[in-house]
Amino acid sequence: MDEVHVELARVVREHAGRLTACLIRVLGDFAAAEDVVQDAIEIALRRWPEEGIPDHPDAWLLTVARRRGLDVLRRQANYRDKLARLQWPVPEEPDDRLKLIFTCCHPALPETAQVALTLRTVCGLTTAQIAAAFLVPETTVAQRITRAKRKITDAGIPYRVPPDAELPGRLGQVLSVVYLLFNEGYLTSSGVRPHAPDLTADAEFLASTLAWSMPKQPEVLGLLALVRLHQARIAARFDGAGRLVLLKDQDRTRWDHDAIADAIHLLERAAAHHRPGPYQVEAAIVACHAESPSWDDTDWAQILVLYDMLLAMAPTPVVRLHRAIALRYVQGPTAALAELDSLVLDGYHLYHATRADLLRDLGRHEEADAADRRALTLTANPAQQALIADRLRP
Amino acid sequence: MKYVLMFVETEQYAKELAEMSGDDRQAAYERVSQWFAEHAPKIVHHGHLAPPHTATTMRLSGGDPVITDGPFVEGKEVVSGYAELEVADLDEALAMAKSWPACPVIEIRPLT
Repeated sequence: MDEVHVELARVVREHAGRLTACLIRVLGDFAAAEDVVQDAIEIALRRWPEEGIPDHPDAWLLTVARRRGLDVLRRQANYRDKLARLQWPVPEEPDDRLKLIFTCCHPALPETAQVALTLRTVCGLTTAQIAAAFLVPETTVAQRITRAKRKITDAGIPYRVPPDAELPGRLGQVLSVVYLLFNEGYLTSSGVRPHAPDLTADAEFLASTLAWSMPKQPEVLGLLALVRLHQARIAARFDGAGRLVLLKDQDRTRWDHDAIADAIHLLERAAAHHRPGPYQVEAAIVACHAESPSWDDTDWAQILVLYDMLLAMAPTPVVRLHRAIALRYVQGPTAALAELDSLVLDGYHLYHATRADLLRDLGRHEEADAADRRALTLTANPAQQALIADRLRP
Repeated sequence: MKYVLMFVETEQYAKELAEMSGDDRQAAYERVSQWFAEHAPKIVHHGHLAPPHTATTMRLSGGDPVITDGPFVEGKEVVSGYAELEVADLDEALAMAKSWPACPVIEIRPLT
């Protein structure tokens, strides 16, 4: 993406969610408000690159949304009247976007729809942009969004932040949508580009919007810290030729150390609540790496302790796999390999790539190559494929 | 909005219920009565269906009606009862469903 488009995406992201939230409040209808804003965004994406971004993008978007809305909603007199009376500046309510996020991530919607709907409604992405980011046909994304919007209206999914009693479960769902989005951007699951900085930026934006609205939720702060710790090291993750550079080979002077310090400060704020959770622990693990002056100085014992904590909170095979990697540097490759052999993760490329690494450490080269070949068939990310293919080359 | 909760029984649940002692089963029934009593203001009406072996299905598509023995889908999960609710939104219906003390599956559908 060139600079104009990055700036365009940023401006749209900053205003689209607010405007949608405001129109839902005025119209009392999620789907109608979303349609009208989406329409205005499509027009902005066509006109702003030529005409320049207006001084007040929000006022511009509202004016267009209102005009187009009066047109689109001509059959619904009720909406038209409400829209016609709407003037800029519109009064903002601090938790409007939060309501929007919670509605888009409602557990009664399928997860793929939650991600698509959040990106479109809160971040202002068009259907075409979402389709391109996830490599699915545009009609599929359009269908998911249409169905989700119909379900919101027809099944009576409320537009609100859930009350405290329901918050823990619902917030977990929202955070997992943001994390899923971040992971897909950090290392795409398929396609021509190995990472998608636009998606990681969307995820950071969502996490920071959540943190701004819910500053006392430690897991929200933990997720934001986690995302920022990864973002701070992005410059060193790929070399000049676009090849993935492993953590141990990264040039740590290219990391953004100020951003790392800020993220760690955020994590300390989260920890002060004394309510640890998986995002805080994961962020603490990444912080260990980010604070280490070199690969050789990595505090693996501390990382292993953190993985034990994470495993107690989220006892999944993937966490055990990552813990085994830390175990290798504390107890050696034999212990790590034994741990790996007890896992059922045959369909996961990283499992086989890690096994290959350990087998090579132990001088079992033929088995290592076989494991790498298996890993190669399981990832569609071009940078990961190149990395594994390199190791297999004699 | 009006919603219907469709209570769905599984083979496993039916088996557990059958294996309970008289007292335990009585306690289970009481928990259900209590649930209905607690939520009475929001429940329009409710009913318990007789077991699936009593079901008869009629298919009207094409020609003469075809009558068959059994429920419309043969499966391990069968609708065993329903409750019609009058609540504000899906979340309120979900909150009620969450506290349901009996069979393990519930489908929640709005009434149009």
